[in-house]
Amino acid sequence: MTATVTNPEVDKSTDGGTSRGTGGARRRLPRIPDRIRQGGLPYLLLLPAVLLELLIHIIPMVIGIVMSFRQLTQFFINNWGAAPWIGLDNYRIAVDFDAPIGEALLHSFFVTCVFTFFSVGFAWLLGTAAAILLQESFRGRGVLRAIFLVPYALPVYAAVITWAFMFQRDNGLINHVLHDQLGITDEPSFWLIGDNSIYTLIIVSVWKGWPFAFLMLMAGLQNIPRELYEAASIDGAGIWQQIRKITLPSLRPVNQVLVLVLFLWTFNDFNTPYVLFGKSAPESADLISIHIYQSSFVTWNFGTGSAMSVLLLLFLLLVTAVYLILTSRGRKGADV
Amino acid sequence: MSSLTRTPGAARSRSRSPMAAPQSFLWTRRIVLTLLAGFVLLPVYVMVSSSLKPLQDVSGKFQWIPSTLTVQPYFDIWKTVPLAKYFVNSLIVAGSATVLSVTIAVFSAYAVSRYKFRGKRVFTVTVLSTQMFPGILFLLPLFLIFVNIGSSTGVALYGSRGGLILTYLTFSLPFSIWMLIGYFDSIPKDLDEAALVDGCGPVGALFRVVVPAAVPGIVAVSVYSFMTAWGEVLFASVMTNDATRTLSVGLQGYATQNDVYWNQVMAASLVVSVPIVAGFLLLQRYLVAGLTAGAVK
Repeated sequence: MTATVTNPEVDKSTDGGTSRGTGGARRRLPRIPDRIRQGGLPYLLLLPAVLLELLIHIIPMVIGIVMSFRQLTQFFINNWGAAPWIGLDNYRIAVDFDAPIGEALLHSFFVTCVFTFFSVGFAWLLGTAAAILLQESFRGRGVLRAIFLVPYALPVYAAVITWAFMFQRDNGLINHVLHDQLGITDEPSFWLIGDNSIYTLIIVSVWKGWPFAFLMLMAGLQNIPRELYEAASIDGAGIWQQIRKITLPSLRPVNQVLVLVLFLWTFNDFNTPYVLFGKSAPESADLISIHIYQSSFVTWNFGTGSAMSVLLLLFLLLVTAVYLILTSRGRKGADV
Repeated sequence: MSSLTRTPGAARSRSRSPMAAPQSFLWTRRIVLTLLAGFVLLPVYVMVSSSLKPLQDVSGKFQWIPSTLTVQPYFDIWKTVPLAKYFVNSLIVAGSATVLSVTIAVFSAYAVSRYKFRGKRVFTVTVLSTQMFPGILFLLPLFLIFVNIGSSTGVALYGSRGGLILTYLTFSLPFSIWMLIGYFDSIPKDLDEAALVDGCGPVGALFRVVVPAAVPGIVAVSVYSFMTAWGEVLFASVMTNDATRTLSVGLQGYATQNDVYWNQVMAASLVVSVPIVAGFLLLQRYLVAGLTAGAVK
């Protein structure tokens, strides 16, 4: 806001008079080649973003790749350049699926795939249902919309810690309902250790993730011209038909972005399992991000951890590339 | 100015067909929305009700209706854990990260939206693709970079708020740039070109014309940035120390070796959630408007 106050000075210093003109220059302005008129301005505007992306994302990523070729243990933390170069050994260890480390990595990869599939699937389903059902105005719509956005607004740790409390074996709500009140389970179950943990993780992740889908789809619905519905309704299409023939197809471009973003966020999610289970997740819910964290910061094997991260990145790049190619082909087909 | 803060799509009526909806639709709507509201509100109810119970009640069987009500946990939370300090740390970190991130995003998005230049595509693609990097991939290197910068130059990034601010502001940057490009594109170029002709410099045109017209988009990315920083756990748990700990890590302090003070955990969770949830709900219209123009196209 303060920038508005200071901008007369900014004008003088950056403008240089090139774009200043009288009314007569109005016609001429766009004809001046862009490169001359703007000078280095766009680059100047981009500079802070580029520097920060370099410092926090690009350089660390390059270092991460270099680190994956070194035997980096806790002894080399202050001088990681001195860690011995061991070529592809970290990768060999990571993908040796007969040995414990590789086997555990493969296992956590499968767990993450299952987790991502169900989390994204349900989040998308609930988000779509809520967005469509709230499209038309009715009493209470605003209140419901606000309620549905609460999980999105709640800080992750506050929300997930509450779920952890609900899933406690002895004093949690879930076992109280399932065992004491409904008598479905013979004895109180464990939800945060053992085989049930994956269900717990999916439920919490869906609860946390679906409002984002709802938000995106709600925004997407506002871009559908009302005339389409009017025309369809004049032609005698009922509301279900309108949803199937107009709403869902119109949401396809939004869904293409949404599903990709949800996939990437869910696949990389660290916060939910970390708050739910702590530094080491139960085997059935051993997500890859926790697994790598464990390998790096708990057992202090940064080299292998980096190799695992790089493999994860390659996998995500591959999936994203394939996805983008498939969806853009679909879009071209739809245009014809 | 208010005439410029037009929300694209807002003029269009959001109601659908004029035809009356059939009973099947109305019943589906009632049932599905009720179930969803129950699912969403269940933890909220647990949080509120448990925060008002004495310790022996939250340690025993869960009670839907608290047998004893007490506000004692709300006083105890500040003593068990230095919650106020964590609160201030989180405010400083999330607030600074938001202001910096949004400012930088506004400049970048303006450049991309309004100018042709070499490397534009490379920039947008690179920035966007950093979104997909697993946080864990650059946690380690960043940790080492910060440690090394600290030991060689004495600039303490590791363990400091500054390091965390730098890190967080880049987390929301790609999304903010992406969304603001879309938003700026939806503002007619004639407006700022007219400002240029009238003697504004490019930066003047940005702040006098484009920024005021893009208020909903800017509010939306600010909300997003703040929430991202306020809720982050992974980097906060590795990159902070006792003095700089944020809420996301500090809340773990209510679990001791012997006992978890669940009533205090719930009270503290509620206290740290209320400001951000209230702020978000107040501003959510802007977020939808911002998404409509910026991201969902």
